[in-house]
Amino acid sequence: MQSSLGFPILTWLVFLPIIGMLLVLLVPLGKDERSREVSHIIMRWITVVITFIQLILAIVIYLNYNKGLPGVNDASTFQFVERLTWINANFPIIGHIKIEYFLGIDGLSVPMVLLTAIVCFVAVFPSFVIEKGVKGYFAMYLLLDTGMMGVFVALDFFLFYVFWELMLLPMYFLIGIWGGPRKEYAAIKFFIYTLVGSVFMLLVMIGLYYSVGSFSIIDMMNPENFKPNSIFEGMHTTIRYIAFMALFIGFAIKVPSVPFHTWLPDAHVEAPTPISVILAGVLLKMGTYGMIRIAFPIFPDAVGYFQSLIAWVGMISIIYGALCALGQHKVGQRDFKKLIAYSSVSHMGYVVLGLASMRPEGISGAIFQMFNHGTITSMLFMIVGVIYDRAHTRGLDEFGGLANKMPVYTGIMMVAFFAAIGLPGLSGFISEAMVFLGAFNTYPYLTIASGLGIILGAAYMLWTLQKVFFGNLPDRWNKPWDPTGKKFPGDDLIAREYLALVPLAIIIIYLGVYPNPMLSLMNTSVNYFVQFMKPYVLIGNFLSGM
Amino acid sequence: MVEFGNLISNLQSSLNFFLPELVLVITLLTLIVVDLLFRKIRFINAYVSIFGFVVSGLLLLFQTREGVGFLGSFVSDNFSFFFKIIILLTNILIVLMSFESKELIEKGGNLGEFYTFLVGMSFGMFLVTGATNLILIYLAIETMSISSYILSGYTKEIRRASEASLKYVIFGAISSGLMIYGISLLFGQTGTLNLYEIKNFLAINKVDTFPFFVSTMLILAGFAYKISAVPFHFWTPDVYEGAPITITAYLSVASKAAGFAALLRFLKLALSLHTETVDSIWTMVSSIDWTLVIAVLSVLTMTLGNIVALWQNNLKRLLAYSSIAHAGYILMGVAVLNDTGTASVLVYFFMYLLMNIGAFICVMLVSNEIGSEDIKDFEGLGYRSPLIATLFSVLLFSLIGLPPTAGFIAKFYIFAAVLDAGLIWLAVVGVINSVISLYYYVKIMRNMFIRGIDKDKSTIRVAPVNQIIVFILAALTLLFGIYFSPIINWANASASILVWK
Repeated sequence: MQSSLGFPILTWLVFLPIIGMLLVLLVPLGKDERSREVSHIIMRWITVVITFIQLILAIVIYLNYNKGLPGVNDASTFQFVERLTWINANFPIIGHIKIEYFLGIDGLSVPMVLLTAIVCFVAVFPSFVIEKGVKGYFAMYLLLDTGMMGVFVALDFFLFYVFWELMLLPMYFLIGIWGGPRKEYAAIKFFIYTLVGSVFMLLVMIGLYYSVGSFSIIDMMNPENFKPNSIFEGMHTTIRYIAFMALFIGFAIKVPSVPFHTWLPDAHVEAPTPISVILAGVLLKMGTYGMIRIAFPIFPDAVGYFQSLIAWVGMISIIYGALCALGQHKVGQRDFKKLIAYSSVSHMGYVVLGLASMRPEGISGAIFQMFNHGTITSMLFMIVGVIYDRAHTRGLDEFGGLANKMPVYTGIMMVAFFAAIGLPGLSGFISEAMVFLGAFNTYPYLTIASGLGIILGAAYMLWTLQKVFFGNLPDRWNKPWDPTGKKFPGDDLIAREYLALVPLAIIIIYLGVYPNPMLSLMNTSVNYFVQFMKPYVLIGNFLSGM
Repeated sequence: MVEFGNLISNLQSSLNFFLPELVLVITLLTLIVVDLLFRKIRFINAYVSIFGFVVSGLLLLFQTREGVGFLGSFVSDNFSFFFKIIILLTNILIVLMSFESKELIEKGGNLGEFYTFLVGMSFGMFLVTGATNLILIYLAIETMSISSYILSGYTKEIRRASEASLKYVIFGAISSGLMIYGISLLFGQTGTLNLYEIKNFLAINKVDTFPFFVSTMLILAGFAYKISAVPFHFWTPDVYEGAPITITAYLSVASKAAGFAALLRFLKLALSLHTETVDSIWTMVSSIDWTLVIAVLSVLTMTLGNIVALWQNNLKRLLAYSSIAHAGYILMGVAVLNDTGTASVLVYFFMYLLMNIGAFICVMLVSNEIGSEDIKDFEGLGYRSPLIATLFSVLLFSLIGLPPTAGFIAKFYIFAAVLDAGLIWLAVVGVINSVISLYYYVKIMRNMFIRGIDKDKSTIRVAPVNQIIVFILAALTLLFGIYFSPIINWANASASILVWK
């Protein structure tokens, strides 16, 4: 089947990076220093071009996306659908095993597709500083891109799982080879945590297949498709609750929600800047996306049962993450990157809280927050990367007064910092406000408690601002960063850093002032989703009830 | 008693589907002669044996696959066909592998006998896959075992090889003793050695549970030894480490395949009742919970294999424990005791053949050059021989069972069969084991790519032929991870074991 554009755009979107990977692998490595440098440049620009084309494709999708069609559990209203039979094999007793190559997008996934394309494009620029194993790096980078994009467009659970696992391998090597001093530990920890989550997902997936007779996620959402006497048949059964929990934990590890978050600070601290950007910008969203695409609509009854638990998980993540981030200001462990890693835990907590509210504004807020966190945190990690590239340290109290030394940098940084705090006029404010609005209706007290996260967030962010950017510049940074002027002609940002940071800053400001382009994308789908979940879940009405 | 005339005609008709085995016997005899006459020609025996395997394979393809012969003691069916193909493929790969094995060529003297025993062993395995008489099963297992004892000690100048061989003989003797004792007990209770007749007897008559349990458990011990299931695995690490790596690879796939074939056939033919209508559901004879017995065996096997593998630093030994763990996964498919389970075992074996032999070839090629199998010496391999290291990683990812590789599909079907049978706890143990196994497989990749980047820059040269072989295996591993319908359909068609009416 062809998409509405006349060519299979989603396939191109997903597998274009694979073509890029093959191209990168085919670039010959030069013998001497100079020709090697040339081949490195070729590989970098191949990646830039490929991810740029991917971004263009994503924009084409955005422009051609019909905002009136809901998707969610209605196969006929998904857009750009590609559906082919992939595996069709006979098996005794089980009978036919049919796996489809089934791609399609709706309002829940379009923002994520855009986010992935944007983040993968901008993160190429900080990758330019990678000097060792350039070929392997960009090959892995592009493979990771395919895995992530695939997760957001797959509508067949098996295919989803394949993409979900596919990105483990490049991620392991990207952290493991190009990471910091404790890279081995961080990489294997990431690998094992994620795999623990996903193997249980595998079992639930097989169980669902037996119950429904199809791997299509959409078929699994319809309770009528469940065969009588199958394992997940009926509603409100213990096995369904267990299965939901298995899926939820699998996704919560990825988000990561407290108490499954401990891999994240390690991974972030050790990963090279661009990989931190991708990790925070896209990978974490796969967890919450998995919840809203798979766990919630397939087991709506279990969502009703565990709804307040999910809200608690969100609330605890918000506060605990913020406290840990604040704790980074303690003497002795002041790591800029770790601070932002913990702030991610906190900000992804808003997403979980928003999803738990089950109100349209809460869920829209959650998806919008996923997008905004992706852009804002990507920026924050790149900002850390900028000074790390120059000073080779990211201790919070080793700096001071950078505003004088790097004024433009400080200006751009302000956008990201204040967006992370939630300053009105920047995108982070809108999504957080929507999440709170929704959550307050359903869980008023939890939401009030979560408000503490905002205050803590302001505290750790402003403290960082004060320590790093204001005050006096320590003597050892007084001289130019790069006296030879080879890498950094001046002290301030260089062209490729502008290329990476400015687009994100524009998106953050634009969506902060005028969020409609993003919100209108998901509106129909979110309303439809809430209507679909309504019979099973608590949808509070605290505000209007008063 | 069968009359003499009938006997002759039975033999004659039986020979029709015994041709592949006969070809192996002829190859074996030819090899002895060739070895005497043409020893000057390098690897002449290898070529002769490959020729023999190919001819035998061709005959296999065109033979009728529904025949009972030799007075009901040997059958030819789709099930044994599948295993025979696996065994032949393994054999061919092993012969190809032996061309480049430094230890064999340097320490093994003239390789003439090597191929002779290889062919002899495959003959034994062929018999095992088709045997339906307990005595024939026993003899066939002995045929393959005796060859394998010699092969594992083939490099007799290397001390650990002789030690491995001796250990193998001792453990082998004990378990075959247990097995023949079990067979005699079962014979005493049922009065027959033929699997079908045992089943028919059990269907009508009641036997005491305890002696029946003891005798079948003793027989299972014999199979468990062949597939290196806990607690009969003690020989495995030492033999796998000591034996030439070609033989280690061989034992880990072909020998296991034969063991599983016999185990499945024994369980289905002797111990289960199956009616025409529900052929795929095996109702097990007697009051013993066979599923539980095998499931426990499986859990012990994979957990022990995986946990002990975590500590291993010698790659051969690590892969030995990993192959114990894989036997555990495969046993999960056996524990299901229906045709779904059998089909998933077959799928697993095919995928396992590709990835395991591939991994062993990688280890061999590298250790040929660096003279060590220690995991430490693999540090920085990713920079010394990027191609081999990358292909090795693909195979290792497949052994972990991550998509999009064949290993994932194999595990997927095993778990599907297990969940289908409602054994959720077993599936949970299985996936937890997969996670444990991740650690030691990744440890190898970590050493190859993350560590020792600046250690030794000298490139490791690997002959193009070997690169191509490993490349093909890794490519197939990826291909069958993405497009696996043919294997599934083939396994499905082979899953039903011929039931003699």
